[in-house]
Amino acid sequence: MNARLRLFIPLLIFAVVALVFLTLEKRMGSGEYDPSNLPSAMIGQSLPAFNLSRLMNAEQVVVAADIVGQAALLNVWATWCIACRAEHAYLNELASQGVPIFGLNYKDERAAAMQWLQRLGNPYRLNIFDFKGSLGLDLGVYGAPETYVIDAQGIIRYRHVGILNEKVWREKIEPLGLPWPVAQTQRAAL
Amino acid sequence: MISVIPEIGHLALLLCLPIAIALTVLPMAGAAGRWHLLQRSGPLLSSGLWLFLAVAFACLTYSFLHDDFSVVLVAQHSNTALPSYYKFSAVWGNHEGSLLLWVFILASWTLAVAYLGKSLPSDMHARVLAVLGGIAVGFLLFIIFTSNPFERNLISPPLEGNDLNPLLQDIGLILHPPLLYIGYVGFAVAFAFAIAALIGGKLDAAWARWTRPWTTVAWLFLTVGIALGSWWAYYELGWGGWWFWDPVENASFMPWLAGTALIHSLAATEKRGVFRSWTVLLAILAFSLSLLGTFLVRSGILVSVHAFASDPTRGMFILLFLAVTVGGSLLLYALRAPTIKPLATFKLLSRESWLLINNSLLAVSLAVVLIGTLFPLVMSALDLGSYSVGPPYFNKLFLPLMVLLMLFMGVAPYLNWKHNRLTPVLVRPWYIVSIVALLLALLAVAFLSQRYATQWRFGAFVTVTLSSWLLLMTLTHAGLKARRFARAKKLSSRQGLLSLSRSYWGMVIAHSGIAVMALGIGLTSSYSVQKELAMAPGAVADVAGYRFVLEKLEDVQGPNYSATMATFGVGRLNEGALINGLSIRLQPEKRFYYAAKNVMTEAGIHGRLTRDLYVSLGDSLESEQWAVRIYVKPFIRCIWLGALMMAAGGLLVVIDKRYMTRQPVRTDSPSGTVASNEQAMV
Repeated sequence: MNARLRLFIPLLIFAVVALVFLTLEKRMGSGEYDPSNLPSAMIGQSLPAFNLSRLMNAEQVVVAADIVGQAALLNVWATWCIACRAEHAYLNELASQGVPIFGLNYKDERAAAMQWLQRLGNPYRLNIFDFKGSLGLDLGVYGAPETYVIDAQGIIRYRHVGILNEKVWREKIEPLGLPWPVAQTQRAAL
Repeated sequence: MISVIPEIGHLALLLCLPIAIALTVLPMAGAAGRWHLLQRSGPLLSSGLWLFLAVAFACLTYSFLHDDFSVVLVAQHSNTALPSYYKFSAVWGNHEGSLLLWVFILASWTLAVAYLGKSLPSDMHARVLAVLGGIAVGFLLFIIFTSNPFERNLISPPLEGNDLNPLLQDIGLILHPPLLYIGYVGFAVAFAFAIAALIGGKLDAAWARWTRPWTTVAWLFLTVGIALGSWWAYYELGWGGWWFWDPVENASFMPWLAGTALIHSLAATEKRGVFRSWTVLLAILAFSLSLLGTFLVRSGILVSVHAFASDPTRGMFILLFLAVTVGGSLLLYALRAPTIKPLATFKLLSRESWLLINNSLLAVSLAVVLIGTLFPLVMSALDLGSYSVGPPYFNKLFLPLMVLLMLFMGVAPYLNWKHNRLTPVLVRPWYIVSIVALLLALLAVAFLSQRYATQWRFGAFVTVTLSSWLLLMTLTHAGLKARRFARAKKLSSRQGLLSLSRSYWGMVIAHSGIAVMALGIGLTSSYSVQKELAMAPGAVADVAGYRFVLEKLEDVQGPNYSATMATFGVGRLNEGALINGLSIRLQPEKRFYYAAKNVMTEAGIHGRLTRDLYVSLGDSLESEQWAVRIYVKPFIRCIWLGALMMAAGGLLVVIDKRYMTRQPVRTDSPSGTVASNEQAMV
């Protein structure tokens, strides 16, 4: 190749990167892409089938049917994820209010994850141990923490990327109108 | 009484814009048209820019220190109960303030170039200042139109502020952003030199020589900044980890890798006139990655623990700015970079070749980090689904590259410029050093395996071998060089050592720093012991040869938080008995910050070079019990010590005598004749 033309390669690479960012920005502006609310192809779909072991007991398998049956949260977490730690206290609070939360322990070490739950409290009904990240891949997990809202029929209704806190709960998850235990107690109080 | 101070600051900030525009246009026009008056206007305009930005920054600081909650920014990020040193750091603990700091640091660098760079040819000097002015224009536009720190709420100013994010209430975080920014922005100077040289068409050894000290200063600040960030994550997140491959960490690491490559390739360009196109591209790259880092953190594209303040609406502006600066400079590069083959030639076994290998390895590492950081973004931009790459990806690809880099780093100083032969005299020390390193590693790993009651750790063996080999290769080279010099000049060996140049010692210390850091990383990941326990006062735990006794739990009051503080007595065990009593005291805390309603962990750490004892509190369990995490982390301090050694090495290079003289440098020195093989320096 002509030596002068070769010097254009960096510019070309930059143009491609810039184009990607431009697309992202555009999609962010129009609300299509929100880093804390990635549009998931899975929304409206049922939970993908899986067959994995439980975190607490490697012998015991867990399948999608173990989770389906009530409105629930599926929380993706790992001990290597710092943000998960920040969100953990709020998960404990939700669990104590009776919200069913299932855990997807993502690309993690079993021993470390068990210690984590022992230490920080265990808000999960049960935990799926996804060492290879296969279920994560099926769900299109972007990174931890991530939380999927699943209805009683096992349909994914919403996906939240990032830390789950009271604001997200109030503004994003409650408006879905699923029958949460919290909502019921509030209604009873009224 | 409504203070007028923020308005003064606002006005000063607004006035910066025309000054910066003038700084961009006038010296550049002066250089093009050879109008001397305009050409020499740079220093005056730089001073003006610096002065007005200093006023703006001082006014914002004043508003923070005096709790002026009519300024929206202060109300959002400060609080009357906040100690005044945190009020001070709160100035840049937010988006708007940190940008103001960024541009203030840029103005400070510009001022330094304006007055320390007077020995430069005047057209070059004018162009460099103009490019720096142009960058300032971009950032000022961004601040004034999208992120004004002086926005006010005069109608109903709140009586109390929201408080600073408790994670940021820490000495490490007071210093981390300024150091990082000094590094980031410092690469703007290297960038400005590169652009000025491309415009002026003079990309020669003299250009490399001027760029070198500025780049090294920026690099050393960035090194300290990154190390401090890692140290902060270590003790403040209560997790015992020191690097997470978090996107924001990567954003600061990428310019560092590019900067490291740049420092080395500048050496080759200065000494031998080779790699000129590559060097200028690296200078553009280092600064572009600094901008990209700012863009990634500030635009909200990335979700990260570090992204304390982000806003997607600002992303477009930064993107436009990136397109102009980076796209423009790469276009200029494509049009003007020299394509002629360098006059100087070199053989495979020469320092040039090995610097090229070093540069390639650093470039590949950079690509690994860049791809790992951007890949998930690219995939979601193209709507190809969402992917994540975790620490396993980085570790798997990064470690082998670093091993190779260390091997080449050990040998490179032994090679001369231009060509070399592998004579027995040259190679003999390598054999000896390799055998000694192997023996040392065997001893060390045998001792550590026994001390920490673990199995034989292969990873530890490899790292100890490699790091001691690199350390010994580097120090042996210094010793041999000093002896040769002493013999030739009939000096004592001590005088011989002292007569080696500062920049040579800088290389020795920086390379040793890499060895020390690698040692720390290898040993701490192989031998760390961690235990999670439930402990009540009086409880005893024996971990890795230390006894930890929880002596008491008490409630303490901080200025803006309340805390539970545990006191641990710790002593060394020998065959089950305490040697020296419980002589070490650790006091971890669990803090509750009132205003932000946030719980934070403060770890209790007792550090020695050979090990850290680290205790942090989890949650309170029933009946006075607390969840407690105890870590014994061997040699973790070597990681930061190594980083400091690298920075110290950089400092020595900068204060080398050759850069201290203010005499004008000949610009016409033909590349290739500058270097003499004996005074070789990297």
